[in-house]
Amino acid sequence: MSVIELRNLHKTYAGRAAVDDVSFSVSEGEIFGVVGRNGAGKTTTVECVSGLRRPDGGTVTVTGLDPRRDRAEVRRRLGVQLQDCTLPDRLRAGEALELYASFYERPADWRALLEEFGLGAKRDTPFAKLSGGQRQRLSIALALVGRPRVAILDELTTGLDPQARRETWDLIEAVRARGVTIVLVTHFMEEAERLCDRIAVIDAGRVAAVDTPEGLIARVEGAERMSLRVEQRADPLLRELPEVTGLTRSGDQITVTGSDGLLFSVITTLAAHRLTPAGLRADRATLDDAFLALTGRPAAETTA
Amino acid sequence: MTSTTGPAVTRPARRRTSAPLRLTVAEARLYLREPAVLFFTIILPLGLALVLGNFLPGMREPDPLMNGQRAVDTQLPVMMITLAAMTSAFTIVPGVLALYRERGVLRRMSVTPVPPALVLAVQLLLNVTISLLATLLMIAAVVLAFDSRPPAAPLWFAVSFLAGVVALFAIGLLLAAVVPGSRAAGGAGSVVMFPLLFLAGMWIPREHMPDGLRVASDISPGGAFGQALRDAWAGAAPQPLHLAVLLGWTLVAGLLAARLFRWE
Repeated sequence: MSVIELRNLHKTYAGRAAVDDVSFSVSEGEIFGVVGRNGAGKTTTVECVSGLRRPDGGTVTVTGLDPRRDRAEVRRRLGVQLQDCTLPDRLRAGEALELYASFYERPADWRALLEEFGLGAKRDTPFAKLSGGQRQRLSIALALVGRPRVAILDELTTGLDPQARRETWDLIEAVRARGVTIVLVTHFMEEAERLCDRIAVIDAGRVAAVDTPEGLIARVEGAERMSLRVEQRADPLLRELPEVTGLTRSGDQITVTGSDGLLFSVITTLAAHRLTPAGLRADRATLDDAFLALTGRPAAETTA
Repeated sequence: MTSTTGPAVTRPARRRTSAPLRLTVAEARLYLREPAVLFFTIILPLGLALVLGNFLPGMREPDPLMNGQRAVDTQLPVMMITLAAMTSAFTIVPGVLALYRERGVLRRMSVTPVPPALVLAVQLLLNVTISLLATLLMIAAVVLAFDSRPPAAPLWFAVSFLAGVVALFAIGLLLAAVVPGSRAAGGAGSVVMFPLLFLAGMWIPREHMPDGLRVASDISPGGAFGQALRDAWAGAAPQPLHLAVLLGWTLVAGLLAARLFRWE
C-alpha cells in the first residue's frame, strides 16, 4: 500500500521550475530516499508533501489525503523534521519534547522517547548547549512525538561528524523497525545506500530514476570491476563472456569490468582452463558512481 | 537506546495539557530566562521614575501649566509606563518573532497540528501582561514614594491602557513583519521608539509643547496613549480624539502586519 503518492508534481519559483514533473510513490514501512544535489528540488518536493508549499501542478496524497485540503489530519499523521530549523536557545530538551507532545491528540510518552533517543541525561540542557548530534536526535524525536505513520527527515546528518552520523543512522533504522514509514532526503550517497530500501534520484527538478540502491548500481556500465594477474592467454577467453564489458591489460595485470555475476563467471572460466589468478581484487560501483552515471555530475560538493 | 518495537511507548489514558497552555508556560519560562529583558521592561522604568522623581529639581513642585499637578502625579509615571510598553512592543516582540522566523521555529511549528500563529498570540499575551505588571508597579511606586493619588477614574484608565497597548503591539507586529532579521529588529525598534517617546512627551511634557508639536503628539500613538492615561489618572474621561487615534493606529498597523507577516 502506498503511503505517499506524487503524480506529475510541478512547482515553479520566479519562472524557474524547481520541481518539474516529479512522480513516485512511497510504500508502507519502507525507508524511501530522495537524493540529489543541493538545489535539485528535493526540499521543494517534500515541502509540497508536508503541505508547506502549494504545487503549481500535479497531485500529492499522504495516506490518501491532500496535504493542503486535509491540512489538519495530514499534520497529525505526518511527522516532519525540517532542514535549518532550530529551537530557542534557552528551551531545554525535555521542555521542547513536552511542548511538542502537547500539540498532538495521542502523543508518545515524551519522557520515554527522550530516553530512547539517548537524551535522558540532557533533559534539562538548553538547546544551545546540545551537540550537533544531540540536536539532530532531538529534532527526530520532535518529528515522532505525535506518533506519525510517516516521517519526513530532511538532510538529517549534514554537518555531523562521522560518529554522530552513524548513531543517527542506527536511530533511523530503529524508528523504521517500529513501523513508521520514512522519507529520507539527503545528498549523501553513502547514507542513502546504507539506509534506503528504494531511492528516487532527483536531478534538476526531475526524477532521473526510482529503484533500489542495488538496482541503481546495477545500471552503471561496468558496475562490477576486478583486477588480477593472469597469463595472457586468458584475455580472449574472458572477453567472450557475456558478463564482461571491458578488459584492459598492462603487463601481467588485467582489469575486467562488467555486470552482475562477473566475479563468478571469471573465476570459473579461469579454473576450467587451469589458469590461476593472483592478486585478485574485486570492487563494486557505489551509489555515488550510479548517481554520476545517472545525472552526469557527482552528488558530493564542497559546501556541506 | 532500547529496542522497543511497536509505536513508541503509549500511555493513552494520561490527561493531556492543552497546547496553548503548554506554549504559554514555555514562552514564559524563556522570557524569565533572559534577565536583561525584565530589566528593561520593569526595573529600568521603575528605577527611572524613582530616581528622577526624587532627584530632578521641580518634579515634586506643583506646575501651573499642568493645572497645579506635580510631574510625579501623572506625567512622570505615565511616561515611564509608555517607555515600558514601547520597549516590549517595539523591541522585545519584534526581536523574538524575527529570531523565531530566522531560526525556523515558526516554520517547524507549521508542520505540526498547532499553527505558528499561536506563538504570536502567546508572545502578545505575555508581553501585554508584563506591560500591565509594569503599570501596576508604577502606580504603587508613585503612590508610596511621592504620595501621588492612584488613578481617579480606574475604568477609563483601564480602557485607555487597553486601547494603547493594542495600538503599540500592532505597530510592534508590523515591525516584526518588515524587519529582515533579529539583528535589524533591535535597531528598527529603537529608531521607531525614541521619536515616538519624544512625541509622547518624555522629554518635553505635552503641556510645555508648542502648538504644532502638540498636534503631532495628539496623533502619535504614544502621545494619544500617554494623554489618555493621564486624563483618566486625573479623574477625567480621555478625549475621544485620543481613543480614535489609538484605534486608527491599531487598524492601520494591524492590517498591514497581517498582510506583510512572513512565517519563514
